[in-house]
Amino acid sequence: MLQIIQPSQAGTVESNDILIILTPVSADNGIHVELTSPVLKKYGRQIKNVIQEVLLEQGIEAIHVSANDRGALDCTIRARMMTAIDRAKGEEELG
Amino acid sequence: MINGVGRVIPESIAGIKNVKPYINPFSYVPTGHLTGPAIKVNKPRSEKVLSSIEQAIDASGLKDGMTISFHHHFRNGDYVLNMVLGVIARKGIKNLTLAPSSLNTINEEIIPYINEGVITAVETSGARGKLGQLLTSGKLSKPTIIRSHGGRARAIECGELHIDVAFIGAPACDTYGNINGVEGKSACGSMGYAMVDAAYADKVVAITDHLVSYPLFPISIPQTQVDYIVQIEAIGDPKGIASGALRISKDPRELLIAQYATAAIEYSGYFKQDYSIQLGSGGASLAAARFLKEKMQKQGITASFGLGGVTAPFIEMLEEGLIKAVYDVQDFDIPSIESIKKNRNHQEMSASFYANPHTGGPIVNQLDVVILSATEVDVNFNVNVITDSNGVIMGAVGGHQDTAAGAALSIVVAPLLRGRLPMVIDQVHTVCTPGETVDIVVTERGVAVNPLRSDLKDNLKAANIPLMDIEELRNIAYEFAGKPDPIEVSERIAAVVEYRDGTLIDVIRTTV
Repeated sequence: MLQIIQPSQAGTVESNDILIILTPVSADNGIHVELTSPVLKKYGRQIKNVIQEVLLEQGIEAIHVSANDRGALDCTIRARMMTAIDRAKGEEELG
Repeated sequence: MINGVGRVIPESIAGIKNVKPYINPFSYVPTGHLTGPAIKVNKPRSEKVLSSIEQAIDASGLKDGMTISFHHHFRNGDYVLNMVLGVIARKGIKNLTLAPSSLNTINEEIIPYINEGVITAVETSGARGKLGQLLTSGKLSKPTIIRSHGGRARAIECGELHIDVAFIGAPACDTYGNINGVEGKSACGSMGYAMVDAAYADKVVAITDHLVSYPLFPISIPQTQVDYIVQIEAIGDPKGIASGALRISKDPRELLIAQYATAAIEYSGYFKQDYSIQLGSGGASLAAARFLKEKMQKQGITASFGLGGVTAPFIEMLEEGLIKAVYDVQDFDIPSIESIKKNRNHQEMSASFYANPHTGGPIVNQLDVVILSATEVDVNFNVNVITDSNGVIMGAVGGHQDTAAGAALSIVVAPLLRGRLPMVIDQVHTVCTPGETVDIVVTERGVAVNPLRSDLKDNLKAANIPLMDIEELRNIAYEFAGKPDPIEVSERIAAVVEYRDGTLIDVIRTTV
């Protein structure tokens, strides 16, 4: 299990992008995803699935995810999530 | 019951008289006679000019439960609808049916009057923004009736939509009620939608910011139809009424769509001397106008007439002799308004002449080619232009149904994806235009021909465009975006979408 130690963010609110903000929570709080999206009714379920998948792959079991979606495709959501997680771990390599 | 496009239409719908399901585009045969307005009389030297909107409302005899109408030529610059409803609300009149030719974002100002019960029913071509949300919410006691421009003219002329009082924003009006749309600071060009209201409403009130001495000419709406005249400071905001000539898109995707659409027209078999055409006002349509013009010049082909919804590219072609005449129900930009004022080959027409199916024949019946836009298209070629990806009303049917049915070749252009949203899908949320009347769907990734038109498919093989089945277009879209979940709806019907002949093509239910 990976512990998120600091808040982080990745992405933008440009169209076709998504802004991911991660906030650490205590281990017993679990995963919380707060999603806003113009395509919530048609793709809200799928966006949440992608976010959950990435968290699972990274072994994260407790976190608050605020996702401000602007119509991003799954590949974009996945990439923004990965970057946000890297930043939350404080391991992102610069340059 | 299930209608001709596979939609479930209840046998009866509270607030809707005489529910008839849509079967196919020309199956419904009307009977009976047209209706007419109340008989008027006006003695010599009597005065029509009143001093306020309130006086005109009093004189018109407007009462609770009546139907009032407006026209939307002032588009997002319209002051008249909001202003008149404000006066009506202050007078305490309630329970009105509001039947404008369409509604724009600027009309959001009337939302309180709906909430307060001044307006309890709406019949329109469409609505946007918060007003569209309200009409989709099911808060009104009667479902909103959505009609095309031709369908509205038909409903008025056959008596299904009886207008008690029509309020007509008049860019120029003389002291005896002759009106045109081409003069004055709020000039809007054609008065096409208002012509039907003026001819059939029991009482007609002209509201003008350019009152001139008698007689005004040219006349679009004649004195014989007008009961009262009110002069006010401004009937609209010129900046909202008409834009300058729009620049041709630089968006490579729109340009590619336009290029494919133009190639489809060129090879369709309809691109020949004296063909006729209608183009939309969207980016791809305007770009297609430019490309088409080049092809016409190169091949020495001229068009017999252009139809619209008129924009500057049409005016250029008219002035250069590439189009012999333009028939005009509404103008979108300043060059078009200037043109209808000065050019004899640029003719004003009423919404009925334009598109009413239950006449001796509207001009759409003579149309060869139309380019139309879409919010969604499904694999049966059905088109939605009224509800957004959340199932909320955010557009207008306009002339979509009418031109698709009338034209020999109807082309729908749309990007394959808007943001994440696929535009070619399994089932549109709301059917506005039946697939049977849509011949070609053009996207930047491929062009699909309706299987009903195998003749077209053969012709287009030479066009060097990526032809594919519509299912293939859907598959490409779903590969990028995933298959969208259906929008959950309740049982409550917030609006009905009439086909142009008055049958019901779909219903819009409130979302959950």
